Amino acid sequence: MDPQSIIARRVALELRSGDLVNLGIGIPTLVANYVPSELKIFFQSENGLIGTGPIPEQGMGHPLLTDAGGRPISALPGACTFDSAMSFGLIRGGHVNVTVLGGLQVDASGHLANWMIPGKMVPGMGGAMDLVTGARRVIVAMQHAAKGKSKIVQRCSLPLTSARPVDLVVTDLAVIGLAGGRMTLMETAPGVSVAEVMAVTEAELAIPDKVPEMKI
Amino acid sequence: MRSVSAQEAIAMIPNGASVMVGGFMGVGTPERLLDELVRQQKSELTLICNDAAVPGKGVGKLFDAALVSTLTASHIGLNPKIQQQMMANRIAVDLVPQGTLVERIRAGGCGLGGVLTPTGIGTIVEEGKRRVDIDGRSFLVETALHSDFALIHAFLADYLGNLSYALTARNFNPVMAMAADTVIVTAEHIVPVGVIAPDHVMTPAPLVDYLVANG
Repeated sequence: MDPQSIIARRVALELRSGDLVNLGIGIPTLVANYVPSELKIFFQSENGLIGTGPIPEQGMGHPLLTDAGGRPISALPGACTFDSAMSFGLIRGGHVNVTVLGGLQVDASGHLANWMIPGKMVPGMGGAMDLVTGARRVIVAMQHAAKGKSKIVQRCSLPLTSARPVDLVVTDLAVIGLAGGRMTLMETAPGVSVAEVMAVTEAELAIPDKVPEMKI
Repeated sequence: MRSVSAQEAIAMIPNGASVMVGGFMGVGTPERLLDELVRQQKSELTLICNDAAVPGKGVGKLFDAALVSTLTASHIGLNPKIQQQMMANRIAVDLVPQGTLVERIRAGGCGLGGVLTPTGIGTIVEEGKRRVDIDGRSFLVETALHSDFALIHAFLADYLGNLSYALTARNFNPVMAMAADTVIVTAEHIVPVGVIAPDHVMTPAPLVDYLVANG
């Protein structure tokens, strides 16, 4: 299984029926593909929609129905639309149960950096700061390392997205929890050993006696 | 409300004006007004909008023509042109969290001096801002935004100027229609009074100063 599918499949297991969920761009978007159809999840697109549906077939898109990247999407029966003040009221007001976001770095205290690399890439934070600050549960979905360098670091060197720590980090190698303010290895990916995870993790990681394998 | 041509509407905007433009990645953006801004070469604009769109689309056209001197937005990452202009210091960019941006505009339109938000606490967004503690929680003081002009795109406008928006094209439009001295609107369809039912009006007619004629 490719790294992105491992991450997306594992994150999908975190969602519960009735949840209002906001997925960030990149790997998080893939999570929707692995949610069982019997689960009733409300997916929010922060440009003003609850009830996002699959990408429409070629030629069936509507120019006024798009995701936050401006690409055509569809809306499921029961969907609703609203303005940006309502959209971010939902986000900041704690009405979003789960947000899944990509990351550049997560550090040992759970701080996420995912919006800029000074001098190199300054795209702007968009909705990321509001999502991390306001969503009830924040899950980071990202590759464990980039170009051999750990993205799970002791202390973020990049500008933080929020002072609020994230709740869970799901990578292609591991599931890492932050309950009690401590980074703990909770699961390993299929065929990956605890030692292999530790070898590519810069942050100090608490290792329980028994670390189960992801059930994906 | 007065009905005008796009040319007349844009002729009212002086160089150096502050302008809010509705839309999200070019969706729900008054394209005809942006084309006219470019044609009339209105320059040194202070632009407030959600994002920088992409070159050739939405507000992206204003950066293609280098008409903007100051931009307040939440995301510019999909427009390489403005990234270059920012790195070369040819444009001043103030990046604001999206939820903060829309609330600052809402405050500007609702007679508030600003808003208190937890977003940005402990990040570089906090730099230079006041922190207020209320009931044990910290908030940043974010000041209201107001502009000379708001350029709005609706789905339906009636002859009085009542507006409704469609799907994800609503975004910043109704909020900005409250927060400018002069509000100029384009609409996909201009319809007789009564076609938009009272319960479905999203921007009340008295907020609209100019409706740009179609066709």
